[in-house]
Formats: sequence, structure tokens, C-alpha cells
Amino acid sequence: MYVAVKGGEAAIANAHRLLADRRRGDRSLPAISIDQIVAQLGLAVDRVMAEASLYDRALAALAVRQARGDMIEAIFILRAYRTTLPRFGSSVPVDTATMRIERRVSATYKDLPGGQLLGPTFDYTHRLLDPSLLSDEAVDVPAEKEPLTEPVMRVSDILAGEGLIEEDGLLPQDHVPGDLTREPLEFPLQRDLRLQALARGDEGFLLSLAYSTQRGYARTHPFVGEVRIGEVEVELDLPELGFAVSLGRIQVTECQMVNQFKGSAKSPPQFTRGYGLVFGQSERKAMAMSLVDRALRAEEFGEDIVAPAQDEEFVISHSDNVQATGFVEHLKLPHYVDFQAELDLIRRMRAEYEKKQAGDDLREAAE
Amino acid sequence: MDSKEQVHTARKRSIGLLAKATRQELEAAYGAIDGAPAHDVVRGPETGLVMVRGRIGGGGEAFNLGEATVSRATIQLSSGEVGHGQVLGTDGRKALLAALFDALGQAEGYASSVAAFVEGIAARIAAEDLKRAEQTAATRVDFFTMVRGDD
Amino acid sequence: MTLTANNNGTAAYRGGFGNPVLQGQGVFRIVMDAMARPGTIRSLEPAIVGVKPPAPLSSAAGAVALTLCDADTPVWLTPALRQSPAKAWIAFHAGAPLVEQKTESRFGFVERGGIIPGFGQFALGTQEYPDRSSTLILEIDALSGGPAYRATGPGIRDHVDFSPRGLPDVFAALWAENRALFPRGVDLILVAGPELLCLPRTTKLERREG
Repeated sequence: MYVAVKGGEAAIANAHRLLADRRRGDRSLPAISIDQIVAQLGLAVDRVMAEASLYDRALAALAVRQARGDMIEAIFILRAYRTTLPRFGSSVPVDTATMRIERRVSATYKDLPGGQLLGPTFDYTHRLLDPSLLSDEAVDVPAEKEPLTEPVMRVSDILAGEGLIEEDGLLPQDHVPGDLTREPLEFPLQRDLRLQALARGDEGFLLSLAYSTQRGYARTHPFVGEVRIGEVEVELDLPELGFAVSLGRIQVTECQMVNQFKGSAKSPPQFTRGYGLVFGQSERKAMAMSLVDRALRAEEFGEDIVAPAQDEEFVISHSDNVQATGFVEHLKLPHYVDFQAELDLIRRMRAEYEKKQAGDDLREAAE
Repeated sequence: MDSKEQVHTARKRSIGLLAKATRQELEAAYGAIDGAPAHDVVRGPETGLVMVRGRIGGGGEAFNLGEATVSRATIQLSSGEVGHGQVLGTDGRKALLAALFDALGQAEGYASSVAAFVEGIAARIAAEDLKRAEQTAATRVDFFTMVRGDD
Repeated sequence: MTLTANNNGTAAYRGGFGNPVLQGQGVFRIVMDAMARPGTIRSLEPAIVGVKPPAPLSSAAGAVALTLCDADTPVWLTPALRQSPAKAWIAFHAGAPLVEQKTESRFGFVERGGIIPGFGQFALGTQEYPDRSSTLILEIDALSGGPAYRATGPGIRDHVDFSPRGLPDVFAALWAENRALFPRGVDLILVAGPELLCLPRTTKLERREG
């Protein structure tokens, strides 16, 4: 049975008008500007860029405003926008070793080349609500100190010097990086595709999975080798010039997780690694990503696959919050016809059940 | 060979700095040129995407991290020089001006003033980078040992 | 003010779409209709106005390249095209990477009079993903006035007759081989002057004597 229905245009138009009104809110307050969102809600903007998989602070801030601060809605809007643009090409891989560091900490070495640079962190704050922010009180300018001249060395390079850690992730020569926005996913995936999926994956989902590995569901004995945040150059090869040129800089967060590995028949005991790289400043996401990346490498290391975080199909298929919200939220759309069919079925089953009950009662009464 | 390499290196640096110039810097420099040079827009300005790649583990195989908005334009001066502008973001006018300065940088009579403009951008960026580096350096932890447990 | 195309060896920068969005959409619509109605001749005018790729790439073939090729579609060119400024023109205006191996290409271009390679040398797709195959754009002398073919298959009511001039004699045999691979195989766009005619892999061809 299929019943075509029409209607609701006026209701929808008015609902959109009401949404616009509620989004604007109290007209006696000034409207929030895109610049204000970029400058003062920067980490919300960064999350939208990371999970929308589109680096553009102004557009991400617009999406946040349009979505009334609903992050997944903002991510959805920005994802939809990116599909309208042509792709000019792929960048030269960004070089995080030459990052302009704004923060860099290591949990494995106290005194490491480049030092522990705390940067603008929430760590060591007391997480007490700050009443001074209720008003627009003056904020001190940052302290300054002469920077060290030594390079901020990668922790993985320090361990690699001793040969105690696996190399950076290698794939077969001539490997063309997979792109899940162009080709449908076919499991099992190679690590490059998994990292692309994780980089745009939902922060909350990855955080919970990462936590689950710490609680014993696929333990990986992790240490934060280092987390670094800063700006890297984005370079694009221009065929018309015959060399790569810089398009500007973007901010990224990188996490190198160092994990214990007892060794196998093929490889000696050594540290293995999980890797996280995320647009913008998002340490929690980069750390969660590196933990999940390592857990998903279970098969590569001959580890038993016993936990959700190790199940590639489960993790990657459910990490995308735009897909997830689409499928969950579609349930609220009209299912009138499907439901009528269910209703008919339940009524029939109920009638049969009652008939049977009545029959049983009669029989009992007769006995 | 060597001189061609040098020209490439210089132009690459100049294009990279033009990409980091602000719209205001480009407009001001454009306004300061005596008599706007005749040019044709060959392509754009148009906005699209570049897929930004990272490397597994920081130095391993490439993977696709996510895209970034990029605007680009190509112009040709009436004297024949072709200039390319490609900048992060959606500002097509900025890409157009960057392309124009790239072309002018190759044109006699303009090259030296373009070089001066580009060096000005380089100096502004270097000053900003230093400021940030100094602010970051102030958050560096200086450990000192309180008690060392030897036995 | 106008500039000569060869000013400073910059032919590659000239002769693209003046209005990429509208012209691209215009050409796309024509190619789509032509693919949906195999064997019928369609004119690309006026959508290709101003499109002037360097020789030996024709305006029609160039317009198809600008419309269908981009950074995600590797392009194969014949040696003659590869050695001409047309190579740089496609790289600049379409942004498409050039490949040496035909099997890696999504599009292949053959200029008028160029040797047409066997279709089996190109990407033919897989059983699971037959779309991962090459589309070949062949420029020939004319779309009429040559040997007669009768086309049948999806998109064709009964049959359609056409008579391209400039295809090699083995064409019918090459096409039959391609047809036998279905759902794998290549698709063809024949261009001549401002016109084109499409032969998707679903189309069956029969050489008509006379």
C-alpha cells in the first residue's frame, strides 16, 4: 500500500522563518560576527573544520553561526558546501617536522631537544568557572622569552636513533593514497585510508573508543611520545611552473603515541606507534585518533582481535558523524505507510492471540 | 642550469610570500603602482579545493588529511608575462592580485618594486613569527630536580 | 586588448573556456544527451565558442577535455599530442594529470589521423566497478560520408544508421571485441569539426555494405 501525500509547504516555510528568529535571538543584543566566532570560539571552529574535512576558518565559523552552535549540524553544512567546489589537486604532504610550534609536550622524555612547550593549554587550569569572564575585563598580554635556537626534534627520531621503534608508516612503493571521498570503502583498508577516516571522524566516538582501549578492551600500553600544535606550509605542485609553491599555512595538531610491542617471529621487541593528525588545535582528537590507529593495527602485529576498537569495519563505518546523524535522524521523517503496515500486522497477530486465548479458556472451562 | 634554478627558487619564494600577504597589503601595493599595467585574466579567479596530505607517522607514506579552500587566478600582462596566484581561502580578488604581482615580478620596470613589496611581506611575517615563538618560549618548562632518589 | 596565442610561448594559457561554469555545463549536457542517444550527431556550438586548444587538439576534443577531465582523471595522449603544446594546455585548463600507461587513464585522446590503439589496451574497469574504465575521444575526418554502420542497443529505438569517415577498417572488429567484454570496456566519443557522436559500450554495431 502506498499513499502519496502532499502538503506542509507553508508549515516548512514558517518553521524556517521561526528557526531564523530563534537563531538571531534577542534583537536588543548585538549579532555575533564571523570574526568574533573565529577569534573567541576558535576551538569550536577547529572542530568543525576537522570533522567537515575542510580547512577554512571563516566558512566553519559561518557554519557554527548558521547551526546555532550545533556542532554536528555545522559539520554537515560545511561538508555539503565542499561538494560544490572543484578540486584543483593534492598538496605536497605537509612536513610536521618543520612546524612552527605553538605547543609541544612529551610524556616520555623530560629533557628533550626543543623542550616542553606548554603553549595555550587548558592543562593545569583548575577548571573553576571564571567570573572575570562575565564581564569584558582586560586580559594581560602574553609573556615573552627568547626562543631556543635548537630544532624541536621529533620524539620518534630520538627512539629511532637506538633502533627501538618501528619506522614511520610505510606502504608499498608507488602507493597512491586512497581517498574515501572519491572511491567507496572496501574493507579491509590500508592504513592511509583509515587515517583519512579517523581524521574526519567524530571526536566523541574516537574518544570513547580510545578510552575503551585504556580500560582493557585491546590494551596497547600507550605513552604520548609527543603532541605538537602549530602551523605548517601547504604546498601545491603547479604543472604550469614545474615546481611546488606555498598556498599559505594551516594549523594542525599531531600526536605520536608510542606503544609497547613484545615482538613476533618476524620482528624484534620494539615500540610501535599510533599516529594522529588533525586540522586546527585539537589535542584530544589527535590523541584519541592515535590510540585508535594503533588498536586498528592489531592484525598487522598478529594481535588477537577481541575488542571494538580493533574492529576496522565497526570503527570506520561508525566514526563519521554526518553519516550517523543522517541515519539516526531520518527516523523522524514520515514513515506513515511503513507504520500502517506494522499496525495492521500487530492487530492481526493480536486478534489471533485473543482468539487462541479464548479457545484455551473455553477448553479449560469445559474440562 | 644554475641560474634557471635560482630564478625558480626566487619565484617560488615570492609566490609563497604573495600567498601570505593580506588583502589589504596587496590592495595598497596595487594602488601604489603608477598606471595599472594592461593585462588579461587567463583563468579565474576561481575557488576550489586542494586535498591536504600528511604522512603516516609524520615521515612515512602520504595519506589524505582533508581539503582546504583555495582561490586561484592566472593573468597575462600585455607585455607577455604570465602570473599565477593561488592562496588559501575563498578570496578570489586576493588570488588575482597575487597573480598580477607574480607577473609584474618578471616584468622589466616593475621587478624591483615588486621585490621590495615582497620583502616587506617577508619582514612582517618574520616579525609575527618571532613574536609567537617568544610567547611560546615563555611557556617552556624549566625543570629543576628537588630530590633524587638514588637508593 | 588582444594577445597573440604564441606570445612568449604561452599558447597553453590561451583558448580555454571564457565562462567555465556555463560553457562546461553546456558541453556536459550535449555529451550526456549524445551518450544517452548513441549514434546521433550533435553540435557543440555555441557552447564551445572561444575554445582554441593548440594543434593538433581540435576545439571539440578540447572542449570535452575541459568539461570531463580534472585532477581526478588521468589522461593519456597520443605521441603527437604529447609532443605538442596541447599537453600543457590540458594540464593548465583541466588540471588533469598525464599518464604514460593507457591502463591508468580515465580519458584518452587521439588527434585526427592519429593511430587508434586497440581498445583492450586501455582501462576496462572491473566486474565490480565497470565504471573504472577509459573514455576515448577520437577525432576523425567527418561524422558522415564514410562507410555505413547500423547501431542498436540501449538508448536506440529500433536502430540508427551513421557513416563516420576516417575510422580504420578494423574498427568494427575492435568494437565487437570491446562489446564482448560487457559490462567492462571503453566508451567512445567521436568528434569532427564542432560535432560529436557517442558510442557507449552498450551499443552494438553492424557494418552495412553499400
